Amino acid sequence: MKLKFAEERLFKILMMGATLTVLAFVGSIIYSILSKGWSAMSWDMILKVPGGGFYVGKEGGFLNAIVGSIYVVGASALLGLLISIPVVFYLNIYLRRESRLAYVARIAYDVLFGIPSIVYGAFGFTIMIYFGLKTSLLGGIIVITLLIIPIFIRSMDEVARQFPREILDATYSLGATRLETIRVVLRQIAPGIATATLLSVGRAIGDAAGVMFTAGYTDSIPTSLSQPAATLPLAVFFQLSSPIKEVQDRAYAAALVLTLIVLVLSILGRYVTNRFAKHKLK
Amino acid sequence: MKHLFTAMSLPAEERKPAAVGKLVTMFRPDHKFERGEGESELVVENLNVHIKQQHILKEISLTIPDKKITCIIGPSGCGKSTLLKTFNRLIDSVEGVRVSGRVLLNGEDIVGSGGAEIINLRRKMGLISQKPCPLPMSIFDNVAYGCRVHGIRNRRKLRMIVRHYLEAAGLWEEVKERLNTPAARLSIGQQQRLCLARSLAVEPHFILADEATSALDPISSKTIEELFIALKQHYSIVMVTHTLRQALRVADHVVFMYLGQVIEAGPADQVFNNPTNKLTQKYLSGIFS
Ligand SMILES: Nc1ncnc2c1ncn2[C@@H]1O[C@H](COP(=O)(O)OP(=O)(O)OP(=O)(O)O)[C@@H](O)[C@H]1O
Ligand SMILES: [Mg+2]
Repeated sequence: MKLKFAEERLFKILMMGATLTVLAFVGSIIYSILSKGWSAMSWDMILKVPGGGFYVGKEGGFLNAIVGSIYVVGASALLGLLISIPVVFYLNIYLRRESRLAYVARIAYDVLFGIPSIVYGAFGFTIMIYFGLKTSLLGGIIVITLLIIPIFIRSMDEVARQFPREILDATYSLGATRLETIRVVLRQIAPGIATATLLSVGRAIGDAAGVMFTAGYTDSIPTSLSQPAATLPLAVFFQLSSPIKEVQDRAYAAALVLTLIVLVLSILGRYVTNRFAKHKLK
Repeated sequence: MKHLFTAMSLPAEERKPAAVGKLVTMFRPDHKFERGEGESELVVENLNVHIKQQHILKEISLTIPDKKITCIIGPSGCGKSTLLKTFNRLIDSVEGVRVSGRVLLNGEDIVGSGGAEIINLRRKMGLISQKPCPLPMSIFDNVAYGCRVHGIRNRRKLRMIVRHYLEAAGLWEEVKERLNTPAARLSIGQQQRLCLARSLAVEPHFILADEATSALDPISSKTIEELFIALKQHYSIVMVTHTLRQALRVADHVVFMYLGQVIEAGPADQVFNNPTNKLTQKYLSGIFS
């Protein structure tokens, strides 16, 4: 009996240790970004576009990258949702559990999920050359959409597959068509959609390889879809590769802004998820 | 309309015997009857249901008479729920299912129908499933869901309908303060009554109740039984029950099933008092011993 208690305690300590280690990782990353980026941080950084000589440490900011990232990620998250919700709905409501098409489709999405973003970037680049397009906001949005669709589908599918079939039977019994059950299904999987969106946006906003050749980089804020757009990960990348200390610090400031955006989105996402989860059946 | 609600909102003890028996109180105040006599008879002929390689229902032939309560009894796993699901074609969503034979609703075969006919059929066949399953929304929206699907949008009208059927199912007093809270938080017995109210709210022609009182205490069960007895003046009711005493109390017709077959079917009086089949006799001896 005593041994059992000792065992329980040991495992509790191990589990706590693991949890704390991961927390410590997060903490140290945030610390290093903060300590290096804070000194370079100023209102100019987030309110101004690069001036002449910004990249050798002179005046300006990276508003261009912040706005570019928000454009790219916002548009692709919206497009991604619009495309993946019907896919998930079709896979789970219209196709039967043992459907061959659903099986093949799921494998395909899993493969897409595992493809590194540089490949998506290269693919997008090839297509753009083929059509004679230059690097542009539109190109970036398309590639990032392609990149996050598998994340959307996979994480929503996971939730939708656990969707209790009885709910469908209950709505059918009341004379609802499959289309009318969408509302009910959406309510049940809404927390899953919120989580999926968070995951996708998190990945999309931090991705550098996908946008490097497709959205390009520019010092001004794009005013149309055909203009190139700067993004935060590339702002970090370019400035970090500079030999000048001030510029390197500005890279950390950009990373800080990136992290803050993700943090705010996460907190927002949790809040929204909890609100949506209110009516969910266990 | 007003007198209905005053009658229904009396304390439970006072209203039960008098008010529940009153037929008019059971329908929503704006209800119009359009069906004539004998319109909702269900005739089953040589019905067979296979799921994958299993033969679940074997050569079922029976008649569900109009405006009567038909009780289906039989041991667990004999196919009672499956039979009810073929009546509203919910069986379609089972994988690997094959249905043959005929189920005639007012002379029309429903086994072969498709598309829009099925939607219509399901609305007519108010199936209350064995396992109560609230929809992931509030108590109010659960009851209103079916009405909304069928085009009722007016909020005042919906409020009236919701209250009316929650009262009929004996749930109103318990939930009237929290209509906007999630239905999933209700107790199982409350969920069962909610599902009943939800099914009644779309005004089906049949009520197919699959052990609708299995999670209820004797008093609440009696309320539902009385409700069904009142409702049978206009609905045809099929009840699956494991409580033989309940069948004895409410049944006009009894169907005894065993291992996917109908062993005996007929007027309650005859089946309970003079069962012809040995198996029925054995099963029923549970009541009297
Ligand atoms: N989806 C299914 N797949 C395979 N077999 C099934 C399926 N649904 C029902 N069955 C089988 O059909 C038979 C009848 O099941 P059914 O649920 O109709 O029984 P029941 O009479 O309602 O039992 P209970 O009183 O326990 O509810 C059982 O043997 C069951 O295993
Ligand atoms: Mg059953």
